[in-house]
Formats: sequence, structure tokens, C-alpha cells
Amino acid sequence: MANRDFSRTISTPAQHHTFDQNGAAFKRLHIDLILFLLILLLCGTGLLILYSGSGQEIGMVKRQAIHFGIGLTAMIITAQIPPRLFQLIAPWALGFGSLLLVGVLVAGVGAKGAQRWLDLPGPLPRFQPSELVKLALPLAVAWFMAKRPVPPRFRDLIQALIIIMVPTVLILKQPDLGTSILISASGLLVLFFAGMSWWLIISMIGIVAAMAPMMWFFVMHAYQKQRVLTFLNPESDPLGSGWNIIQSKTAIGSGGIHGKGYLQGTQSQLEFLPESHTDFIIAVLAEEHGLIGVCLLLALYAMIILRCLYISSRCETLFGRLLSGSMSVTFFIYVFVNIGMVSGILPVVGVPLPLVSYGGTSVVSLLLGFGLIMSMYTHRQRK
Amino acid sequence: MWEQSIRDKSFERRLFRARAIVAAVFVLIALGCLAWRMTYLQVTLHDKYRDLSENNRVQIRPVAPNRGLIYDRNGVLLAENIPAYSLTLVPERVKDMEDTLAFLDDLIGIDERDLEQFEKRRSYRRRPFEPVVLRQRLNEEEIAAVMVNRFYLPGVDVEAQLIRHYPLGEAFAHVLGYVGRINQKDQEKIERDDDNKRRYSATSHIGKTGIERRYESLLHGEVGYEKVETNARGRLLRTLERDNPQPGSDLTLHLDSRLQLLASELLDGRRGAVVAIEVETGGILTLYSNPGFDPNAFVTGISYADYEALTNNPDKPLFDRATRGTYPPASTLKPFVGLAALQAGATSWNYAIRDPGWFQLENDERFYRDWKREGHGKVDLETAVVESCDTYFYDVAVRMGIDNLTPFLGQFGFGRDMSADVISAVAGILPDRDWKRSTGRGPWYPGDTVNLGIGQGFMTVTPLQLATATAVLANRGRWEVPRLLASENNEAVILPHGDIPDVELNSPGDWEKMYTAMEHVITGRHGTARALQRNLDFPIAGKTGTAQVVGIDQDAEYDSEALQERLRDHAWFMAFAPVEKPQIAIAVIVENGESSGRTAAPIAQAVINKYLGGAEG
Repeated sequence: MANRDFSRTISTPAQHHTFDQNGAAFKRLHIDLILFLLILLLCGTGLLILYSGSGQEIGMVKRQAIHFGIGLTAMIITAQIPPRLFQLIAPWALGFGSLLLVGVLVAGVGAKGAQRWLDLPGPLPRFQPSELVKLALPLAVAWFMAKRPVPPRFRDLIQALIIIMVPTVLILKQPDLGTSILISASGLLVLFFAGMSWWLIISMIGIVAAMAPMMWFFVMHAYQKQRVLTFLNPESDPLGSGWNIIQSKTAIGSGGIHGKGYLQGTQSQLEFLPESHTDFIIAVLAEEHGLIGVCLLLALYAMIILRCLYISSRCETLFGRLLSGSMSVTFFIYVFVNIGMVSGILPVVGVPLPLVSYGGTSVVSLLLGFGLIMSMYTHRQRK
Repeated sequence: MWEQSIRDKSFERRLFRARAIVAAVFVLIALGCLAWRMTYLQVTLHDKYRDLSENNRVQIRPVAPNRGLIYDRNGVLLAENIPAYSLTLVPERVKDMEDTLAFLDDLIGIDERDLEQFEKRRSYRRRPFEPVVLRQRLNEEEIAAVMVNRFYLPGVDVEAQLIRHYPLGEAFAHVLGYVGRINQKDQEKIERDDDNKRRYSATSHIGKTGIERRYESLLHGEVGYEKVETNARGRLLRTLERDNPQPGSDLTLHLDSRLQLLASELLDGRRGAVVAIEVETGGILTLYSNPGFDPNAFVTGISYADYEALTNNPDKPLFDRATRGTYPPASTLKPFVGLAALQAGATSWNYAIRDPGWFQLENDERFYRDWKREGHGKVDLETAVVESCDTYFYDVAVRMGIDNLTPFLGQFGFGRDMSADVISAVAGILPDRDWKRSTGRGPWYPGDTVNLGIGQGFMTVTPLQLATATAVLANRGRWEVPRLLASENNEAVILPHGDIPDVELNSPGDWEKMYTAMEHVITGRHGTARALQRNLDFPIAGKTGTAQVVGIDQDAEYDSEALQERLRDHAWFMAFAPVEKPQIAIAVIVENGESSGRTAAPIAQAVINKYLGGAEG
């Protein structure tokens, strides 16, 4: 009872009464209406940009719409599942995921010198275990931290770090630097939300900064180094690895404030911009809709992330808060890394723009994540 | 315990909310950074990237101008541009070169020669995605065969282009020359000059020899430009703007294709040359060397095998005898030597000698033989010219001396290239004391003068030089340098006159007297060219010549039967007509033609008759 009272004291202002009632109705369906509408808006925008970015290939847009359909269905279903169940399966999910990652290293398939997929028997599609781990790791770390006192003790933090290290190292071995950084970040964010002390955070950042040069010499593969070098000086190889970034910056810059108009982007439509339907799709938006379009999309992302953080803070359980908080900020990291990479302030690491870039796996796993957040927020904990 | 739990829970919430606010602020700052970065790219650097994007999309492509046409004096087309369809490949777009070539071979046949040329062109420096020609001059069936299968042939295309064509082929091969693909050497030369580099940016062919090379700058024209939109793979999407190229000038030459073709016909099966000049203007009517070759083969690129066949041919078809063949002028020099002797006072029209059939220098036992073993008897200057008496000219040459003879001959352009625009012309040799010493042949001996008197020995001339000298002779010493170009775009061209002064005689009446003597070469009972009397449509003044190929031992019998055909004497004939008011001057050489009267002279006469006979002739 006290919990319910507490939550009412920080409820939304009265002028949104009707909407709030609708929201409450949806909440009984375990859907956060505002987040749901924002996601639908993003998916719709994504399809429009994809139509242009794919070279006006309607078939690709249809396939992406199907991805959205599957993803949204998965999101709604996930939202119905009580958090307790996730809490139960969390350690097992991570354990299973880590086993699959080992399997990838042993028997995986892939391209460009990296093994990332597992071939499933029969008609099942190829499967990328790191996608499962993206969800399983924050689940497991949140499960671990939720059972410990807050703020976490040093001993607990060390144990949590070990949990994070296992899948991170396995993915790093594939090698997939981008994904391993993103996955470890999602785990570390749980520790951040759990109240890890600031001095520890700062000293960890310091250790990572000190380790970066060692990574360069001992961990990174040639193609990863090449990406970083290209990032530092794309003009050094304008027709080779620098081509992508030069063309994407050209697309963005030439868009100006107002853009060249929908389907009018010469960089995108005349095939100068590579990967225009996947990783570099933000450049299509920037070229055709200019700074205005980019800012609107950034605002949409900001609203989604802030809404997620807001509802995270209103989750009843610590597990729910930690998990949703971590996943909200992970979502932001995807956005930031992708746009940062396309606009040339981060190296090219191959992260899709959430819910805009073409790709079934990424769409479904992102929407599943939102389903998890909604589940954490909407389910009452039975006493 | 319960209280404790509630306090913990609210502490947990507050702690989380504090962290969530930190995270939210961080997210907003980070997204703000992205927005700032985008603003930097899209606003601050917008102009730079707009230009880069335009440069990506829009390409300025140079458009080659059409090469100027070449006409003869009667408006007959000598060099034109005809549309031709070539099979081109863009190597960057061809997936499997070997498969593609094999498939094309099945379709339309690609022979060794095409492949060899293709590999050669591929190895040249070229722009990315620039098509490389595989086969030229496709016929309609071949075009259809390729187009139908285009889907299976990425990177293969049929391109229409204008190629140079010489409708009269062999007859004009040497004088017109030909264009050929710009090779690396040409390219380097072009690139030495920035303006030329621009002008040739779209040009594929350049004049390699002859008129095509001499007047390359007039024929080429001005490059045009088009702005085209292309995609990332260089495929042309549309033309945005076009600045048309300016075609090269059409040139009209003094050449008369009727005479040129006639010369070609008459020299058929022989090695030789015919050069005819319009006396009044110096315009070259005929500049023909036989055998010729097909210049069209060089335009599209000649194969090694064909080229080797040309260079290994003992008749040397690539060699331009008319402008580069140097022969002793032999007896054709006698009218000039005669005039020199008159000028030097070494002889007069009344001065006569008794010719025993040989000549001897004082204190020298060597015999200088006359071609007529028994001698000509009493010979004056006119008879000496008519009968081509050697002894008379030995005598006057020695009496006037080399220091009088050579400078006088020099006034007629011997030993120099006097042509205004004949690119291949060489100077021949006009020997004098300095020349002999500087070429390491020692001091000048009187015997050298004796030989020079009859146009033998060191002296050599080209048919063009002899025709030029004949024209000057026919023009009473007035110089008009030989020239090919008459007009550019139908506007007469004034070519710079040579720096040589007109030939002035002390006694101008000597011109006419010499003309009469030369006329008698044909009309006289003993004239060496009396064979021409049969077809004498117009009064002709001429002189025969027989140039020795090998030195004949002075006492040896000359037996032409025993000699190989190629060791026979070269037959010369020089002439002008009509005698009263000369219009055409001509020089003909027939290599190993032996008898001037039977070989060279009739050719000269036929050309003269054709020219003076006008259209009906």
C-alpha cells in the first residue's frame, strides 16, 4: 500500500488527466502509451528514410515493415511477461548466451576475418549470439546487483565486473570490438545506476584510458586499426577505406539547413554514399532534410531516451530500475555511436542507427528491449 | 525491519533518480554535441561540401572537335571524317575479362590483331572508367549481335565516333600523311603546353605525318565541353549543359587529284616519284611517290604483321621518294649548268667544242666519257642541251670553276629545303669546297667539278627540289616557294616566301634561249626526248637525265642486260609547259627506269597534257 501511495505522489500533473487515464488504461495492457507512440513515430520515420536510402526500393521497405511488425509484436508480448520471470531466467540466459559465444568461436561462420554467426540446423536463419547477449548481460548484471545492498560494496562490484568480462572477452575474440564495447557498457551502466561511487567510476575511466594504447598493440586487429586510422585521417585513403566517411560527410554537409528535398539527395540517389540503407542512413536524412531533419530526429531520440529514463525511475523493483536504466542509456549509445561515426567524430565501428537502419535482427532486439522496459514499468509487484 | 526496508527502498529510489538525472543530462549534452557537429558540417562547412557533392555528381567532360576536311584544288575530298562504330570495353566494369573476350569472339569474331591492339591501348594511361576500343568498324549485324547480348556483357558497349578516312587512299598516302591514335610520346609533347593539353583533352587522334601533321594546329579545332551528371560508377545519366566544340579548319590544297591519280596509275609497278608545280604560284599540283600504302590502316591502328610487311617490302612503300628520295640530278642539271656558264662568261650561245666522246683535264690522264662513245662532233650550247652532250658540260664546268657553279645552282634551291609546308622534305646535297672538306672527303679536285657539270658525283636532289628548280627556271628566275596549302576555310592563305632572291641573269634573253634548247630536246631530230613528239598536245620544254646507280669503271662496257634490275640507271625527266607561257613544271624519276625518254618523259608528258588539257583532258 505504501508503495502505491508513494508512486501517486510523483505522478504526472493533473492537466493531462484524460491522456493520463488513457495511459493508465494502456498501462493495464502493460504498454507505456507515450513510449509506444514515440517508437511508432520513429519506426514510421525510419521507413520513409529507408525508402530513400535504399535507392527507392519498395521491397526493402516492405521487408523492414515486416521486421517492425515482428519486433512490435515481440515487444508487446515481452511487456506482458512479469519481471520476476526475467529475473529468474537472467543468469541462465547469460550462461546460455556465453556458451553460444564459445560455440561461435569454435564453429562459427562469418565474413571479413570475423566469426559472428552460428548456422542453425534446418530452415532456421543464421543466428548471431551476440544479439542475445546484448539483452542477457544487462539482465544478468541487474539480477546480480538487485540481490545486493545499494550502493554496492566493492566486493560485489568486482564480482559484477567478472560477469561482464566473460561475454565481453568472448565477443572481442570474434573479433567484434564495437559490439563488445557496447555490451560491456550495458553491464557497466547497471553498476552506474546501482550507485557505484563516483571515485570508482572516475578511476575506471582512467584505467580504460590507460589501457587504450595497450589495446592498440595487443588486442586490436589490423582492420580495426585501419578503421581508427581512417577515422583520424580519412583523406589519407580517399578511394579506399576513407571513401565512406568522406562521402557521408559530403552528403551531410551538402544538405545544409533545409536539405535537398526528399529523394533529391545526389549523394544518396547517385550511389556515392555507401551503406546508405544501413549504417550510413543518417547521412541520407541529413542530405535530403538538412539540419532541420537531423535535429527533429535527434529530438525524437531524446524524447524516447528521456521517457525511458523517466519510466525506469518509476519501476517498482530495483531489478527493473537497473535493467531499464541501463537499456535506456544503451539505446542512447547506439544512437550516439552511429551518428558520431557517420558525421566523422567517431571511428567507423558498424553500429546501425536504431530503428532506422535496415536490418531485422537489430530491429527485433531493440524492440524486445523496449518490451522489457515496459514490462519492468507496468507490472505491479505482488507482495 | 519493515521500516528499515521502506527506508532502504526510498533511499534506493532517490539514489536511482539522482543517477537517472545525471544520465539524462549526459544524454542531452551528448545529443547536443551531435547537433553541434551536424551544424558545423551543414552550416559552417556547407559551401565546401556542397561543392564536393556537385563535383561528385557533375563532371565536366571535354568534347573533341571534328577534324577539318582536306580538299584538292578542284574541291575533291581528300580527307574526311566518317562515322564508325567501335566495340568498347570499360575494364573496371567487366567482371571476367577472359570470359567476356571469349564470348565476344563467338559473337562477332575478335582476331589476334584486335586483341593485341586492345592490350596495348589498355596499358596506356587513361582516365578511370574510360572505354577502351576492342574492335573498330563494326557492321550492322555485328552491332546487333552485341546489343542483343548486352545484358550478359557488362562494361561492353558500342560507341559511335567519327574516324578519319582517306577516300583516295594510296595515291595521297605520303603527301597527306595520316592521323593515328595519340601515343605516349604525343601525349608528353601535348602536355608540355598547358593550352594544348586543354585543347587535346578529348582528342584521340593526331596527325602523324604529311599535311595531317604539318597543319595539325589548323585541322584540330577547339575543344568543347559538356556538363554531365554521372553516378558513383561513372555512368552518364544526362547532359546538363553543352558548349559545342569548334571544328577544325577545312583546308584546300594546291594538289590536283586528277594528276595525282594519273601519276599513281602511270607509276604502277615502278618505283619512282612525280612532282608537279604550278609555275605562277609555286603551288604543288602533284606530289606522288610510288609505291604507296593505305593510310586508312594507320588510322585505326596497324598490326605489327602488316607494319612489318610494309617495312620489309624491298620497294619501301613507306618511303616518300618525292620529298626524301635523293638522287644525282644527272643530265637534268645541264640547263642550270649551262645558264651558270653563260652567267660566268665561260661560254656563249655561239661557243662550240669538238667532242671526241671523252674529256680530259690538263695533266690528268683520266678519261671522262660522254654517254655517246663516238662523241657528238661539233657541239654548241643548244646542241649540248638537246643531245645532252656530256663533254660540252665537262668543259664549261671546268672553265667556270666550282666557285661560280655552286653558288649559281644554289640560287635555284639546290642543297636547301625551300618548301613552305612540305614537312618531310630534305635538302639534298649541293657540294662545294667547304661541304667536301667539312664532310671529311678532303679537298675539292677539278675532277669533282667535271662530274658536277653533268649532275653526277656528290650532288643529290629530291624530285621536289628538281621540280622547284624547274619552276623557277620556267618562271624566268622568279621564286615562288613550293607549297601545298592554298586556302583555309576558303580564304586564301599567304605563306611566308622563302628568303631566296630571284635569279637574275646578266642577259635575260638567255632564259628564252634555254627554253628553246629545252623545247628542242623534244622536238629536235636528235633530241633525247624525241619520243614525246607522238603525243605532243602542248609545246613542252624538258630535259632528260640518267642517274647512275653504281659507278661504272671508266673503260668497262655498260651492259644493262647483265645487271640486276635494281642496278639499272634511274631515269629522270624535268619539264615545263607550255613553253611560251609556262604554267606547269614537273620532275619525274623512275628508279631503274634506265631510259628517260621511254619511261620518265612519257609520264611527265601525260601529266602535263592532263593538266593543260583541262577538264576535258
